[in-house]
Amino acid sequence: MSRRLLTGNGAAAWGARLSDADYVPAFPITPQTEIIETIGGWIGRGEWDARMVTLESEHSMVAAAGAAAATGVRVFTATSSQGLLHAMEMVYTVAGWRAPFVMVNVSRGVSAPITLGSDHTDVMAARDSGFLQIHCSTCQEVVDSVLLAYRVGEDARVRLPVLVNLDGFHLSFTREPVEVPDIEAARGFLPAFDPGELRFLASKPVSQAVAVLGGGPYSYFRYETHLAAQNAVAVYDEAASDFEARFGRSHPAVEAYRSEDADVVFYMIGSFATKAKDAVDRLRDAGQAVGLVRPRLLRPYPVESIRALLAGKRGVAVIDQNLSLGKGGVLHAELASALYGCPDAPRTLASFVGGLGGREIAAEEFYEMARVTREAAESGRTPEPRLLYTEDELRELRKLQGIAVAERHDTGAE
Amino acid sequence: MKTASRILGSAFFREGFEVQDAPRYGAERRGAPIFAYVRAAREPIHERGVITRPDLVVVADDSLVSVAAAGVLVGASARTVMLICSNDDAAVWRERLGLDGPVFTLACEPAPDDEVRFLGAASAGAASRFTGVIGRESLEHAIREELQDLRPEAVERNVGEGLTAFDEMEAHAGCLSEGTIRSAEAYEDPNWVELPFEGVEISAPDIHGAATSVQVRTGLWRTMRPVIDYDRCNRCSWICTTFCPDSAIHADADRTPRIDYDNCKGCLVCVAVCPPHAIAAVPEQVAVAADSEEAST
Repeated sequence: MSRRLLTGNGAAAWGARLSDADYVPAFPITPQTEIIETIGGWIGRGEWDARMVTLESEHSMVAAAGAAAATGVRVFTATSSQGLLHAMEMVYTVAGWRAPFVMVNVSRGVSAPITLGSDHTDVMAARDSGFLQIHCSTCQEVVDSVLLAYRVGEDARVRLPVLVNLDGFHLSFTREPVEVPDIEAARGFLPAFDPGELRFLASKPVSQAVAVLGGGPYSYFRYETHLAAQNAVAVYDEAASDFEARFGRSHPAVEAYRSEDADVVFYMIGSFATKAKDAVDRLRDAGQAVGLVRPRLLRPYPVESIRALLAGKRGVAVIDQNLSLGKGGVLHAELASALYGCPDAPRTLASFVGGLGGREIAAEEFYEMARVTREAAESGRTPEPRLLYTEDELRELRKLQGIAVAERHDTGAE
Repeated sequence: MKTASRILGSAFFREGFEVQDAPRYGAERRGAPIFAYVRAAREPIHERGVITRPDLVVVADDSLVSVAAAGVLVGASARTVMLICSNDDAAVWRERLGLDGPVFTLACEPAPDDEVRFLGAASAGAASRFTGVIGRESLEHAIREELQDLRPEAVERNVGEGLTAFDEMEAHAGCLSEGTIRSAEAYEDPNWVELPFEGVEISAPDIHGAATSVQVRTGLWRTMRPVIDYDRCNRCSWICTTFCPDSAIHADADRTPRIDYDNCKGCLVCVAVCPPHAIAAVPEQVAVAADSEEAST
């Protein structure tokens, strides 16, 4: 095992290599491109024996990934944002094939307006597809989560593709110290894929993923896929325990940081959760009992762990780096549905939407979210959902609008 | 600057620090202004994103100081050390920018036999010295590690540039001080606002005008300038004009190509594709000096 500086993209590539993936269908997109460049370099120099094919789009890429996985081959691929959206028809389709593979998504805000900065609206679009989802907060988690993802997705009790999510820029291009497991240790944790009946044999043809007529069989197949996804909670826990025993790193389905005796808790996913840890430490220094609860596993949703970790808390500040237009933050709605009716559920779930399109979340904003949530819990009045948007940001935007108005004037469009 | 940030990050890491380094790209074009940041600490780093209160600011291209969008002074305070790669000296910059803190410069003049100074390695070398905790060996190791895929002469020159700058700044070793942790007890109100609903005529992301991008003088990004030697140019014209990714080369009626230097970003694709090798890459500062000499005669 060696500790070195790696970007999140580099860590994702190492995850694929240590998983002994056989096939990498690829299509480049910022900020994911470094992953396939790294893998392409290794394969090209003969350092890793795998086949890489660049497809003509992400739609074809996911079709190729699913088709290869359906022959029992171990497959790795990666995308981001518009690429994931372009692939969406096949994302839903291949999950129904019950052919496991791993796709890394490097989160980036979705168009329009088009942007490069990170948020989680892209990966939320795949939320209901049947792909499992693991969300990372550090580059270390990225390499470890790819290994975990294959273990869980390939398990016969699950047999589903898995998305491993990392934030564009804040992880993808950011180097951090990462322990890269030895290949033999990785193989000990993740043996070669045992595909069972999932294979291609010319002498024993199989028609996979057939059409059905009628809601009866359709409901059966869809619900079986749902049950398989739900099985992944227990399978994930087993795999994470084994991972910790072998490598000494703990990656629970839901991470709890100083939350045991907290009365106010931040609830969020992704790389900004490490900023929340800093905020928790500073708030603790200031005498406030604040903690962090962070689901790493978002699909399946580890409801029991979340309920247990939040039981008895006074208030939860849910921080969504996504926006379901016309509704609000996705994590907030999901958490409310998980906690509703539980006798010891937190009194207040305050909704904050922030960090969209690469916007930072400042330390002061974490302190303010904690304050607002605490006051709401004390008063019993849940605040309106809050977009993290400052006076300074609005002033900058007004300048841009001023230019737009001047343009309109210049061009006689008004 | 990305290279410089990685060299500095690797050197810190080699000295036993926890490190986070990252570039931040805007426009995805060679020559476009970019910045990068490095954090180092004895404990694991949980902070993320752009540094809001830098201990050290390195400016590799002094023309960026006057570009408001580059924001090179954002977050700088009296304790922030400034390193500017410039042929103007530190006193000039202190005066020009009204800075109270320590300001140092690295001259951009190359050694007599070299065309340009490798400012990435040089600024990483100077920055390493400022920290007071990075040794010469760690710096050299970091440069070699970062540039291992380059040809040996290029690696040696970068090592030389880095170490020279490291030695040059000996008197300022340890001039950087660690930032303090801001307390959560008395913090600045983030001043959130309620976004009001606004009509679609103002709230849709539209630009009301045609061909506005040519008004942005992206030629300012250029560090190397492509210069056509018309004696060697065979007027094929379609190759350079087609391959220019920014449509900054146009041909006259007689097929003589003309480069629009207001918008040429200096990517040098034209230099690489020109069949008779009629386009040379000239360092922008050399070209500017030649222009002003020409203008004065």
